[in-house]
Formats: sequence, structure tokens, C-alpha cells
Amino acid sequence: MTATLDAIESAALRSDRFRLEREADWKRLEAIVTRMEKGRIRGISDEDLLALPGLYRTVASSLSIARETSLDAATLAYLEALVQRAWFVVYGPRTSLWEWFRGFLGGGWSAAVRAIWVDILIAFVVMVAGTAVGWLLVSHDPEWYFALVPKQFGDARVPGASAEALKATIFGNSGQNGMSVFAAQLFSNNAQVSILAFALGFAFGVPSLLLLVHNMAVLGAMLWLYNGAGLTTDFAGWIAVHGTTEIFAILLAGAAGLHIGRSLAFPGRRPVLQATAQAGRRAALVMAGVVLMLVVAALLEGFARQLVDETAGRFAIGGSMLLIWLGYFFAFRGNDGHAASRDTSR
Amino acid sequence: MTAMPTRLRRSSRDRVLVTPEGIALPVTVASRGARAGALMLDLVFIFLLILGSTMALFSIAGGASAFMREIESDTAAGHVLQFIFIVWIVVLFLFRNAYFLFFELGPRGATPGKRMAGIRIAARDGGRLSAEMVIARNLLRDVELFLPLVFLASAGVESGAAWLAATGWFLIFMLFPMFNRDGLRAGDIIAGSWVLERPRQKLEAAMSVARGAQTAVAAPHRKYHFEDAELAVYGEYELQALERVLRGKRDQSIESVYQTIAAKIGRNDGWNDERRFLEAYYTQLRARLEAGMRMGRRKADKFSDEG
Repeated sequence: MTATLDAIESAALRSDRFRLEREADWKRLEAIVTRMEKGRIRGISDEDLLALPGLYRTVASSLSIARETSLDAATLAYLEALVQRAWFVVYGPRTSLWEWFRGFLGGGWSAAVRAIWVDILIAFVVMVAGTAVGWLLVSHDPEWYFALVPKQFGDARVPGASAEALKATIFGNSGQNGMSVFAAQLFSNNAQVSILAFALGFAFGVPSLLLLVHNMAVLGAMLWLYNGAGLTTDFAGWIAVHGTTEIFAILLAGAAGLHIGRSLAFPGRRPVLQATAQAGRRAALVMAGVVLMLVVAALLEGFARQLVDETAGRFAIGGSMLLIWLGYFFAFRGNDGHAASRDTSR
Repeated sequence: MTAMPTRLRRSSRDRVLVTPEGIALPVTVASRGARAGALMLDLVFIFLLILGSTMALFSIAGGASAFMREIESDTAAGHVLQFIFIVWIVVLFLFRNAYFLFFELGPRGATPGKRMAGIRIAARDGGRLSAEMVIARNLLRDVELFLPLVFLASAGVESGAAWLAATGWFLIFMLFPMFNRDGLRAGDIIAGSWVLERPRQKLEAAMSVARGAQTAVAAPHRKYHFEDAELAVYGEYELQALERVLRGKRDQSIESVYQTIAAKIGRNDGWNDERRFLEAYYTQLRARLEAGMRMGRRKADKFSDEG
């Protein structure tokens, strides 16, 4: 009995001594974390930054011990909050947008594209099928053309148009003005469409595929139209300038959506949420790249197509773009995305 | 071992998150109201940014009417205007898509709106919040929010079916967080992220230590000593309730808690000295319970046996 009395007389409980001994470390961690939360990383000394992970682990172990030995609710609540805040900082986004971008171009993007090759294959087959469907529908009944291709006032591209009229839509626009504005609008529009194709993967990927089919059916219908006028090669060249980039980008966007849809529908042995999250992160990388590709496509469509007014040159541009993309995605290993894909492989 | 920590505040939004070090951390999922408020704030900010940049570009372009006339012309001024117009389209695209990305990738993991609402995003598995997560959750925002809104605006109420479809689409995604425990929206599911409340907790002085400091300066006072049997009636739950009362400033509750405890243990020597009586009781009860903890005995509350 006297022993307990003495313990009280010495004022500090054992758990309080534990706290007093470690309080300095806690306060230091709190000061560092507070400054980082306020976004003043430059104001923190190198010494403090180096100490941060160690301090975090020290305080985390303090919390574990306190839970087992202390009943001081205020200390426990403080430690829990502090460890959580430090956890946010220590495990927060490590890269800035710019650093991430470098890792992304340096291999993270192509690695992500290779990782969803099955979906790319499926999306490709679907797109080819979509083109064929568009062609067959229109050749069966030209009325379908108006259902597929949105009607525009004064558009010469209608069934029954003369070969000259059609040819005029492909060639001779080099003097046209406002091309750059046109390109910027194209990009904004296409980017939104491909983000849609990706995001619709959320509904098990079916709408993504439907969107691909619809887009390609439009192409198939127009192909039929120009084929009827004997302009197949010229039309292909006209499309190829930017199409190899743009259609490739839409293919990737559809495949990314499909990838998410597939992992939602068939998560395998992982929990659905975990499988979806993994697929989502991989697909997000691909999508960031798709937006980039669409910028390139819009520039090609707005400038190169109007400036290069003959089919062979157009094929040369389109073909070399296709080769560049294929080479970048499937041959280029880079640093295998040291920053960007590290988390996806986890 | 159950890792559910002892805490005073509990709500249905409390979750336990396990860090890579294996430490269970209590976190609180952000309320849906806070998230809706944060989104509204962010939309207002984006709107203001767009408005500001549009006005700035217009003032550079020298007014809207001149703009429309000259963009068609093939003069040098026309080219400048075309360039400004391109900048405008790009700026719009960036504000819409990069605003959330830029801020959520920062060390604070929150847009300005989220920061004002006191919430931030984190990885659901306790690991690192990666750039891909942030990108994935924000790409989906386009489908959840911006597309149906644009669709709604362009469809108009007159075009029955399209308007219904757009409203339905919008509502499905907006109400999505209502139908799962953690308030995840579609983008959070894809990304493996969630939105948490930002913790704020000051380190309060330890009750037992503060008492020690007080006794040093205070005038002579009565000492209270409690027998083991008097301490054995209460458990950890009551200890924390007592701590809360002592930390509070309300003398009334101290009075009534003193009455309860004094009646329970059959003592009445703390008249007019209730606070010190209770502080002494708190310290000795804590000492007893913590000694038990070290031996692997815990007493959750007054109803439970020491096991």
C-alpha cells in the first residue's frame, strides 16, 4: 500500500513519464508536418526532412506502446491524430506533376499500354467490325448514311454527290483560314470523346465498345461513299494523316475503358474493389497518354492535312506517325517507368 | 488483438486504416455534406478562374465585336486573335481537367475547396497515394459531373426523353456516394482512393502531471487516498468520462460527478474540494488500471470483471 502511495507522491504515473520522455520528438514531428501541410516545404531544413521518416516511425511506435500502457485519452487522441497527419505526408503523393510527367514519358506510359494488350486487341477487333458494319449498312440502304453521319448544312459529303464535289472536300483546302482554331477545337472535342469512352468502362465496358462501334461505323459509311466515287485511296490518305494517331488514341481509350469494365466483371481471385482500383490506375496512365496523342492528332489534322495536298505525302506522314507510336509503345522499354508504373505494378 | 483504439468521440463514419508499418489508425470518412460543399466551392473557383482568364483574354483582344470581325480576316491582327482564341480553348480545357489534378497531387492532397471543408484524399489501402490514383479519380469526374451537365444544358426541358436520360445519369453518379458505407464516388472506386477528414488535435497537458504542478504551488491541501476496493468499482470507460469532465470547465458537472462517485464508494470527505478530490481519484484510478494493463488485465467498464 505504501508503494502505491509513493508512486502517486512522485507525481508522474509511469505512463506520464513515458510521455514526458518522448514529448520532444512528438513536438518536432508536429512542427515539421504542420509546415508541410501549409505547403512551405522550402522552409524546412534538410536535417528535418531527413529525420521525417524516422520520426514518423518513432511516433508510430509511441502510439503502439501508449495503446498498451496508457489510459490518458488526450495523449492517445493526440498521437493518433499526429500519426495520421504524418502518414498523410510520408505516404502522400511523392512526385510533383512535372516529375511524374517525366517518368510517364520515360517508360511508364508504354509499360501501361503493354499491360492492357488484351483489351487493345479486343478493342481493335471491335473497331474493325464497326467499320465493316458501317460499310455494310450503308451499301445495303443509303438512308443509313444520314443516321450515322450527323447532317451539316452545306456538306457536300452525301450519297449521290459527284466525284468532283467529293474530291473538293479532300483536296484544295490549303488556303483555308482559321486552321489553328479548328485544330484546337478538334482537340478539345476529341479529348472529351475519348475520356467518355474511358469513363464509360465503369458500366462493365459495354458502352465503351458501343461508342467505338458507332465512331467506326461513321468511318465505314464515309469510306463507302468515297469508294463509290473511286476515291478510296485519296480518302484513306486524307484520313491517315491524323487518323493513325487519332484512331489509335481512341482505340487506346476504348481499351482502357474495357480494361476497367473487365476487371469489374471478372475480378478473378482479388476483391472487386481492389481489382478495379488496380485496373483503374493502369488505365488512367494510358488515358493521360491518349490526351497527349489527341493534341498531336489535332495539330496534324489542322495543319499537316491542309498543307500537304497530295495523297502520297499524306500517307507518308500518317504511316510514319503510326510507326513512331508502335515503336514507342511496344519496342521502347525506357526506364520501364521507374516513377510512374511503380505503384501500378504493386 | 482488437486494434480499435480508445477514443472519446465515436461516430458511424469512423474507420480503421492499417499503415504499411502495421499500425492501426482511426480515421474518419468525410461526411457527404462536407464533400458536396467542397465541390461547390471548387466549382465556384473554377468558374471565377475561367471568367477571369476570359475577360483578360478579351481585353487583350480588344473587345468582343472587333474579335468576331477580325478573326475572319487574313491580317496580322487576325493571326494574333486566332492565337488568343487557341489559348482560350486550351485554358478552358486545363481549368476543367487540370485544376483538381494539380491541387490533389500537392502535399496537401486537397483542392482549395476541400481544404476549406477540412477534408483530403488518401489511398484506401493505407499505402502511398499515387499520381495514377489522382488522375483516375479525376478523369471520371468528367463523366460524373461535367458531361451530364453539358448534356442537360444542351437538351433543355422541352426534349423530354433526352432530358430525362441526362437527369438520370447525373443523379446516378451524384447519389452514388449515398449507397456505400465509405461515401465513395465512382472515381474513388476506380482509383482506390477515399476522402477523409483532416485530423486536428492539440496535445493537452496530462491531467496527472498538471495536478502535480499545481500541488507544488498550491497552499496546503487535503490529501486523498483511496483504497483498492474503492478504485476497483470503475473501469476504463468511466476513467475517460471522468477525464472529460475534469478537462471541461463546468463546475456543475464536477459537482454532480463528485456526488455520484462519492455515493458509490461511500466517502464524503471531499466537500468544497470536489475538483481536487476527483483529480486524485482520477490519478489513482489510472495508476491502478495501467498497472493492470501491464499485467495483461483490462477492465473495460464498471460492469466488466477484471480478466
